[in-house]
Amino acid sequence: MWTFLARRLMQSVVVVIGVTLISFISLQIGGDPTYLFVSESASTEEIELVRARLGFDRPLHVQYLSYVWNVLHGDFGVSLSYGQPAMQIVMEAMPATIELTIVSLVFAIGLSIPLGIYAALRRGKPADGGIMTLAMLGQSIPNFWMGIMMIMFFGLYWRWFPISGHVPFLEPLFDGDFATAFSNLPQSLYYMIMPAIAIGTYTLARNARLVRSSMLEVLQQDYVRTARSKGISERRVIVNHALRNAWLPVVTMIGLEFGFVLGGVVVVETVFSYPGIGRLAFNAINQRDIPVVQASVILIAMIFIFLNLIVDLIYARLDPRVKY
Amino acid sequence: MTETTTDAPNAARAQSSGALSHRRREFRRAVQSMVASRWALLGMLILVVVTLVAIFGPWLSPFDPNRQNLIMRLLPPGSPGPGDQTYWLGSDQLGRDVLSRLLYGARVSLLVGFAAIAVGGTLGVIAGLVSGYFGGWVDDVFMRLGDIQLAFPFILLAIMFLVVLGPGLVNMILVLGIGQWVTYARIVRAQTLALREKEYVEAARATGDRTPSILFRTILPNIMAPLTVIASFNVASVILAEAALSFLGLGVPPDVPTWGSMLSESRDHLLSNKWWMAVFPGLAIVFTVLAFNIIGDWLRDFLDPRLKENH
Repeated sequence: MWTFLARRLMQSVVVVIGVTLISFISLQIGGDPTYLFVSESASTEEIELVRARLGFDRPLHVQYLSYVWNVLHGDFGVSLSYGQPAMQIVMEAMPATIELTIVSLVFAIGLSIPLGIYAALRRGKPADGGIMTLAMLGQSIPNFWMGIMMIMFFGLYWRWFPISGHVPFLEPLFDGDFATAFSNLPQSLYYMIMPAIAIGTYTLARNARLVRSSMLEVLQQDYVRTARSKGISERRVIVNHALRNAWLPVVTMIGLEFGFVLGGVVVVETVFSYPGIGRLAFNAINQRDIPVVQASVILIAMIFIFLNLIVDLIYARLDPRVKY
Repeated sequence: MTETTTDAPNAARAQSSGALSHRRREFRRAVQSMVASRWALLGMLILVVVTLVAIFGPWLSPFDPNRQNLIMRLLPPGSPGPGDQTYWLGSDQLGRDVLSRLLYGARVSLLVGFAAIAVGGTLGVIAGLVSGYFGGWVDDVFMRLGDIQLAFPFILLAIMFLVVLGPGLVNMILVLGIGQWVTYARIVRAQTLALREKEYVEAARATGDRTPSILFRTILPNIMAPLTVIASFNVASVILAEAALSFLGLGVPPDVPTWGSMLSESRDHLLSNKWWMAVFPGLAIVFTVLAFNIIGDWLRDFLDPRLKENH
């Protein structure tokens, strides 16, 4: 187990180095990166000053090493529009994004598993056809358009849900103010329902199909047939034999879905004016505030790598066939 | 001797006509299977319509998609326009015709979808063939590069590069294309690993075929089926990504109408209930993506009937 852990950690370190390399290349690819860190009206002297201050006049490999050093210390430079350290601004927006990601995933995975299983058990029946048709449609709807439609219908026309805003839960929780955190929770969820559905629908649709396939495959296995031939009740066959084996691919997919949901958050937060990293990054993109864009993207990538590591470890623990 | 010289062309002709009739049979089988699966037929129908719209958009458009007419701004669908013209799908905040912009938008979506797949597919196929055939450090390098790329949520990678490179059609195609190579490389590598020990590959090697010829003429044609399936689903996800990036303002320049940028503009007019600006471009994306997804599903079942069991 420890060897596996060490090897998997090493792989993550290599990936983190790769992430810093890609983000460094993305800065250099358009030519002299100094221009990305100064306003359009900057004078030649100012540009020279910034170039020297940020070290863009040094050889590339030295620049890269110092870039990695800065990234590891959370130093992405000062935001061009806020005048504060970029990392600090991103960290302030982080709890709201984590809340939305978790709620979206719980919605998507929580529904996809029962729907997928139900469709598999009703294979070829109208319920199966209906669920799979909806799943196909769900995979074809852009999350941001889904958000816009929900705002139009459930927000503006029927007025069931708020169309923007956020009530913090994790922020007071991290500050140790549990009373505020938990009294905020119902409102916090209420504000997150629409964005979470918009983000989670694609994941829900894709995974309902995957769970159905996985379940159908398991239901055809010999051990399920043997269990049935022993006269065990159908309910026990499904819960004790089929489900226990069908959910392994589901664990893997949850890991992969984190990345997808985090990507969706960036776009959907903008639609709902939700004060997380996504909207911050969107505003930063429009203002060409490169330090904030870089800090947001790298932080999200790091979270993704970390979560994937956790999921892999859980998987290795669950599936005895995985060798340590 | 005379017999051999006359027989050789005959044999070649017979072989080529055999291949032709095999292709015809396969085509007929594909059409029959598509007609039998009504969904696939629907998908193909949508795809044909979108493609025709993309090609003939300029002739079909009632207005110049960029012509502004501030007197005619934010008109609902069916409103009369200048002269005897009609804004069938309404007009936007600058008085541009929504239908005309929608028709032109099909071009960008399809062009980006197919071009990005061509870029990503080509890179991925080369990387996968080389990785699978040679193995060793080449394989390690390509596969670790793939791991690193997959560690980034794809849309973030695209955002990071497009912010620096600036918006533009070519940049968009390159970024979305490069984002896709890993998918192809992994599949091609796995298939190549399985095929490289097969007799016909051995035979090609023994007869002195050069490596590029073995890779591209012997192995590649035999792994086209899974690639075609993946490409179909991939076009769908690239179109969604293009729409999302255009929505964020990172797509093509503002004078080129795209479905994503139309949706982005519609956001400012939601409160005043200008629903047509948001509904029509969104539906265009949904139907196009749905068509590619349905075709992908059908192709998977058609090319590998064993998979149909679980789908």
